[in-house]
Amino acid sequence: MTDLEDLYREIILDHYRSPRNRGELESPPARRVEGFNPLCGDEIVLTLLVDDDQVTDIKFAGSGCSISQSSASLMSSAVKGKTLDEVRGLIRTFKAMMSIHEASLEPAASGGSDEGSHDGHDGHDGHDGHDNGAADASGEAANGLGGLGDIRRLGELAALQGVVKFPVRIKCATLSWNALAQALDEIQA
Amino acid sequence: MATLIPAPLDIESLRKDFPLLARTVHGRPLVYLDSASSSLQPRPVLAAMEQYYETCHANVHRGVYTTAEEATARYEGARVSVGRFIGAPDPEREIVFVKNATEALNLVARSFGAATLRRGDKVLLTEMEHHANLVPWLMLSDQIGIELRYLAVDADGRLDLSNLDRKLDGVKVVAISAMSNVLGTIPPLQEITDAAHAAGALVVADGAQLVPHMPIDVQALGVDFLAFSAHKMHGPTGIGALWARAELLESMPPFLGGGGMILDVRLDRFVPADPPHRFEAGTPPIAEAVGFAAAVDYLEGLGMARVRAHEEQLTEYAIRAIAERLGGACRVFGPPAGPDRGGVLSLGFRDVHPHDLAQVLDQYGVCVRPGHHCAKPLMRVLGVTATARASIGTYNDERDIDTLIEGLTEAGRLFS
Repeated sequence: MTDLEDLYREIILDHYRSPRNRGELESPPARRVEGFNPLCGDEIVLTLLVDDDQVTDIKFAGSGCSISQSSASLMSSAVKGKTLDEVRGLIRTFKAMMSIHEASLEPAASGGSDEGSHDGHDGHDGHDGHDNGAADASGEAANGLGGLGDIRRLGELAALQGVVKFPVRIKCATLSWNALAQALDEIQA
Repeated sequence: MATLIPAPLDIESLRKDFPLLARTVHGRPLVYLDSASSSLQPRPVLAAMEQYYETCHANVHRGVYTTAEEATARYEGARVSVGRFIGAPDPEREIVFVKNATEALNLVARSFGAATLRRGDKVLLTEMEHHANLVPWLMLSDQIGIELRYLAVDADGRLDLSNLDRKLDGVKVVAISAMSNVLGTIPPLQEITDAAHAAGALVVADGAQLVPHMPIDVQALGVDFLAFSAHKMHGPTGIGALWARAELLESMPPFLGGGGMILDVRLDRFVPADPPHRFEAGTPPIAEAVGFAAAVDYLEGLGMARVRAHEEQLTEYAIRAIAERLGGACRVFGPPAGPDRGGVLSLGFRDVHPHDLAQVLDQYGVCVRPGHHCAKPLMRVLGVTATARASIGTYNDERDIDTLIEGLTEAGRLFS
């Protein structure tokens, strides 16, 4: 697989061409946050509905490259139906995947990664197998699996792993996630 | 008098002057199409800076020892070279060395602007300004309440000058790009300057994109200020120049305070030095000035008329080849090729995002810039958030354009 094919995996291109959860929810009641990437001018508008500590609906709008758009689409699919704690865990795991060098994601190296210590403790799970398969959590609750286990839990989102080879693009991949984190901060403030 | 038609540039041999062009990326030769962002350096520029550091580096304007005198002579000599390059009548007094064109424009806004403009005074800009010639005026507006007006960009990417006289009414300063870093548009600066002067306004020209690519004569242009950067004209980063008429510089208060910009300092007051040193606080970029001078020598060696002829021809080739091979799928923003257009090609390819285009092009060794190019208001006028910008320099040739089109074709396949 060339670097380019690794970056533009089929799942990413699929979410780019046919984004899930695109649009805007009425706000209020939905929480609305905007994100900007000042480097490239990409913008995202995230609207999400939280009911009883659970993300009941989420949509994203705005414009951006295939990485930022597919990441937003994958993210929206992954967090819909999750509790706020689960969403926070997912954000941590995703960001860890974005910042660790790919080599350290290999099984042999996973135990030693710095990020493992941040992420190993969020052993929440038991949620439904969502359509988009973002979280096939079955065996992952075990602590101590480190980076690899966490990345498995990311399901389809792991397709964005190739981005770490292209450091400039990490900001594209994390744009919607930062907006999501901001929304959670506002909701839980 | 016989008209001399200069022989065209020998690009093949010129390319050998630029070590970076020998590099490969992803197994492919580097195709450098980002000169509007920063150009590459030829060996004579690199050698001049190294030779300076190896033979006479010392701080300028201070020591009496031999190498300090030599360093000062090199630095002041660079001022003259750079000034002559743009036809400055009195370069020793009229060229201020700054960090880059951005700093030059900030200097004009902060020193000249703040000292002469009052609340409600009007400054005329254009919709196609780089943030460097926009944000300093917005900052001044926040501080002292000046009013900013804008010349619009028309559908062809040219400035709408139909209501120029009305727009100039009551304007004190016109600050305008001499060539758009997004559209390549070269506005009729002389015509605008004449109208501005007739209306009692001074003209600040952002020459960052024009000066590297065309013969410039500030006296013929008639502008009052001209800002430009060395690194866009084969010189080093970290240095640029502000040219202004000597009497204007004389009238302006200092910009940054510190060593080197004073005649006398007491505990309760200071007396500023004369221009240009009044505006050069602290140890200046000496080696960079030496490199800047070597860069203008290099360009003069090529001949700016030949540089322009080559780049105008290649721009015409690029626009035609893109249209022929990619058809309606690829949009080139800005005016059609011609004398009022520089070699900046902002591209939109189908609905492929510029970031993705640039990523695919990188696999072909092609360096282009995706983004808003520090011209967000213009992006809004164009109705896009970003473009992929390929920009032409002296060393580019038709093969570079062909590789660009090859990469665009692949991006189209990947994202179809």
